[in-house]
This record gives sequence, C-alpha cells and structure tokens, in this order.
Amino acid sequence: MELTLNHFLFVSGALFAIGLAGVLVRRNLLIIFMCLELMLAAANLTLVAFSRFNLVEGQPAYDAHVLLFFIITVAAAEVAVGLAIIVALFRTKETTDVTKVNTMKY
Amino acid sequence: MTFLFYLFAALALFGGIGVVVCRNPVSAAFSMVLSFLGLASLFIQLDAYLVGTLQVLVYAGAIMVLFLFIIMLLDVQEEEKRRFPFISFAGAGAVVTAFLVLVVLVLNRGGTAGRTLPDIVPSEPGRSDVHRIGELLFGTYWFPVQIVGVLLLAATVGVVVLSKKELK
Repeated sequence: MELTLNHFLFVSGALFAIGLAGVLVRRNLLIIFMCLELMLAAANLTLVAFSRFNLVEGQPAYDAHVLLFFIITVAAAEVAVGLAIIVALFRTKETTDVTKVNTMKY
Repeated sequence: MTFLFYLFAALALFGGIGVVVCRNPVSAAFSMVLSFLGLASLFIQLDAYLVGTLQVLVYAGAIMVLFLFIIMLLDVQEEEKRRFPFISFAGAGAVVTAFLVLVVLVLNRGGTAGRTLPDIVPSEPGRSDVHRIGELLFGTYWFPVQIVGVLLLAATVGVVVLSKKELK
C-alpha cells in the first residue's frame, strides 16, 4: 500500500488526541505542559504533510517550513516562560498538582 | 518507505502514550523525547530536512532538557493514585473519542483521500531546502523574523523577572 496524505494526517490527529487526553487526565502541571507541546508538534506534522503533497513548481511549498520555524521559536519562548511560572508557583505552593492550586489568592 | 512510515509513526504514537501513562515525570519526559524523534523522522520522510533537524535540536534537545532540568530541580514526586478517577477519565475519553471520530469522518470525506506522494523535481546543486527557506526567511518574511526576535527578547526578560525571589 502506498503512502497517502491521509496516513500522515491521521498520525497527526491521533498524536493531537493523545496530547488532549493527557491535558484532561493528568494533574501534574509539568506533564500537562508537556502534553501541550505534544499537541503543538502534532499540528506541525499536518503543516509539513500538506506542504509536501501540494507541490509548487515541483518543489514543496516552503512557506509552510518558514511558518514551522516560527512555531518552533514561539514554542521555545513559551516553554521558557511557562517553566518559570511553574517554578514560581512551586516556590509559594510547594506543589505542581493542579487540583491543589484552586484559589486565586493565598 | 511504507514500512519506515509505520515504524516511525508507531514510535511517535507510543512515545505520546508514554507521556500520558507514565506516573514518574522523568519517564514521561523521556517518552516525550522518543515521540519527538519519531516525529522528526516523519518530517525527514516528507523531505523536510531542515525542519526535522530543528525538531531534534530544539524540541528533543533544548526544550526537553529544560523540562528534565526543572523536574529534577523541583524534585517532583510521582502522582499518587486518585480516589475517584472515573468521572474525569470518562469525560476525557468522551472528548478524545469525539475528536478521533471527527478526524476519521473528515479524512474519509474525500479531498485528501488517495493522494499519493508526488515526485519532487530535482533542483540544481547548491539549492537545497535550507537555501530556499533561508531566502524566504530573509526575503519575503524579513519582518516576522524581526518580530520573533523581539518576542525572544521579551521572553528572556520575562523569565528573568519571574525567576526573582521577590516580585516587585
């Protein structure tokens, strides 16, 4: 069986669903954050697959790769800030469990 | 080619499942690295060499090392078993199943179904994908590159401020 666009799109969708399940089920803030990254990376796969299957003058649409470059950069910045927030939270609450962080103040 | 696709897709998916299932945060982080390596291999299979390399360097390298660093710094404990997991598990299962059904429905509706990999016209030597992406980045997309530079600066300043012991 030859590879089709649907193969890649389905892997991407399944990976996104796994990330979504992780965000909904897990309670450790760090792992929830990791699952968010997983969802972002799964969306990247869709972008690359569409760029490869829609050729522009015999070449993949490289604009998608540029967009992916930006997504990876933004993800890196997001992780840095998010982890800093988690560390700040851990300093005051001594926990990373989201069920124990349920008050707005103190 | 097809065999390699299934191999790396399985690697990415099992790594993802490992992140959700592993109770220990360190094993979850390592499953995440595994998943990202599989994903990078899929990118390379789609002739996106630069992006696949960036995925390994930035995601599997920098970001996951940062995660492991924080996990070990904070000494995060394993998640204890919860008492009434059924309600949240059922809710999550329903949402995820609905999403997967939606994906399958959309994919079967046609449009994307049955499209096989088109052949790339071989480019002349010296014009690899890195070359083309570089031309786009510093040609057409010069302004977004500047904006991303400002974003990284803002993130750096934000992290320094957030890491201070006393916020003023």
